[in-house]
Amino acid sequence: MNRMQKLLGSGYLTLVYLFLYVPTACVVFYSFNESQLVSVWSGFSFKWYRALTTDEELISAAWTSLKIGVATAFASVFVGTWAGFVLYRFHRFRGLTLFTAMINAPLVIPEVIQGISLLLLFVALQQAIGWPDRGFFTIWIGHTMLCVSYVAITVQARLASMDESLHEAAADLGATPLRVVLDITLPLIAPALLSGWLLSFTISIDDVLMTAFLSGPDTTLLPIVVFSRVRLGLNPEVNALGTLFILAVTVAVVLNNHWMLKRQRRRELQIAQALRREDASGVEVRHAG
Amino acid sequence: MTMGPRPLAWLKSRLPSGRTLVIGTPFVFLLVFFMVPFVAVLIISFADPQMSVPPYTPIAEFRDGYLRITLSLEHYRAVLTDSLYIGSYLYSVEVAALTTVLCLLIGYPACYLIARSSPSKRNLLLMAVMLPFWTSYLIRVYAWIGLLKNQGLINHFLHWLHLIDQPLKLYHNNAGLLIGMVYNYLPYLMLPLYAHFVKLDTTLLEAARVLGARPWQAFFTITVPMSKRAVIAASLLVFIPAVGEYVIPEILGGSNSLMIGRVMWDDFFVNTDWPSASAATGAMVLLLLLPMAWFQRLQKREIGSP
Repeated sequence: MNRMQKLLGSGYLTLVYLFLYVPTACVVFYSFNESQLVSVWSGFSFKWYRALTTDEELISAAWTSLKIGVATAFASVFVGTWAGFVLYRFHRFRGLTLFTAMINAPLVIPEVIQGISLLLLFVALQQAIGWPDRGFFTIWIGHTMLCVSYVAITVQARLASMDESLHEAAADLGATPLRVVLDITLPLIAPALLSGWLLSFTISIDDVLMTAFLSGPDTTLLPIVVFSRVRLGLNPEVNALGTLFILAVTVAVVLNNHWMLKRQRRRELQIAQALRREDASGVEVRHAG
Repeated sequence: MTMGPRPLAWLKSRLPSGRTLVIGTPFVFLLVFFMVPFVAVLIISFADPQMSVPPYTPIAEFRDGYLRITLSLEHYRAVLTDSLYIGSYLYSVEVAALTTVLCLLIGYPACYLIARSSPSKRNLLLMAVMLPFWTSYLIRVYAWIGLLKNQGLINHFLHWLHLIDQPLKLYHNNAGLLIGMVYNYLPYLMLPLYAHFVKLDTTLLEAARVLGARPWQAFFTITVPMSKRAVIAASLLVFIPAVGEYVIPEILGGSNSLMIGRVMWDDFFVNTDWPSASAATGAMVLLLLLPMAWFQRLQKREIGSP
């Protein structure tokens, strides 16, 4: 009976994972297809990757997207970490409810709403003071708004799971609040910051709606180019581009995860050693916990 | 040199304290780029469209020494009575609700099973759920075209099994739209649900087992009721953004699947009718205000709990 249940469970999970992975696997598989007809296999070829290297429109759009993606990732980690820290540290201030609402709402609010409203703000500003023109800056702000909440919530959760006594110890030893943040808090939440950076970068690099609303006539970004081609149906070049993207993201996420696990193990080892030393010397040292 | 301490103290009392600065900086940033834009939406929804840059009439202007304020309620009337708007709002809510239910049906048992597997396996399985969340959204939606088309993989496969003679129509219609929506939103639902199941106290289940409850009995009388709040939060995380989805219906849906995101996009880019788009945005915010407040309450409890 129990064995039967286990089998059923694994079978079910296999189906779910097939559902999650078969589509992307097809993109990867067919990116090496020689034929123009995407769903008919006619032989192995790097033809579509070569086509990518000569596609001027795609390359220049990708370059702009890369720049905005990096700028967005840094900005959202900066603002998001700050906001996450405020969420964690201060539980009582005027406007706390509004503040948490402004962190939570962007997680769910449809992007089309955020896109239209930000655009209207920028247009009204431009009318009033002649700045900003739609382009790099406006897209940068828009993309950052898409990512800040994710970073803030991750950072808040990470901080909440941390040992409070580390901060207290540093403060007791005479560190200023700023020193505590720079020397203790930031290194401890580094993994959360890195994953926030990566997530922001990937959100920025394939966002269609915000980009469409906030880009001017002379900024063309990768997601807009890809979207306009994909709307027409299958496209072998998009398969090749998608494969490159999937490869890059998978490598980055796996490496990040690996690094996080390694750090964690090292810390656990250090703590265990410290405790052992303490026991051996017989001195009672107050330790965290 | 003769500057006494008093001006300095005065200056210090006038400058915001460190605490205010620390809280105020992200606060103002979010206020300016999240809340203030809604004021702009509200203002422009009362204007009229015109052929100019920007394409709407000013609602307040000085003429002959008088300040004239013109508020047009026409667009709200249109949004509330026009069958195009009402139809697309209803359709969007319907699609979003169906997506949420399907995601729950698939994701709930999956999360439960993942959380119950051994810790080493569990991390790997979770990571495999997260990974699609990181890879390009656009590519993941696009990927389904190759499977759903008339000559796509699914139809080839079913034909090869001799299950069908005629290809099933799955691309550019409601079936394709729903598959794409469920596929894309599933990870959003699974992450919070998994987080709930993995923290779940198993002693109650143990007790139920000892007292002779069958596994499915324990599941329905203990596990399911206990996960109520997590289920609601996860469902809202899918439902609310799904109402405004634009990209998935554009790529996989048919020409008759007119969701509200598409109507707003067309008002904006095709008809250049910004006031109507603003009124539609305002109506949508009103529609989603209740579920968003609910989500906020659940999240706040989550953040406040540790």
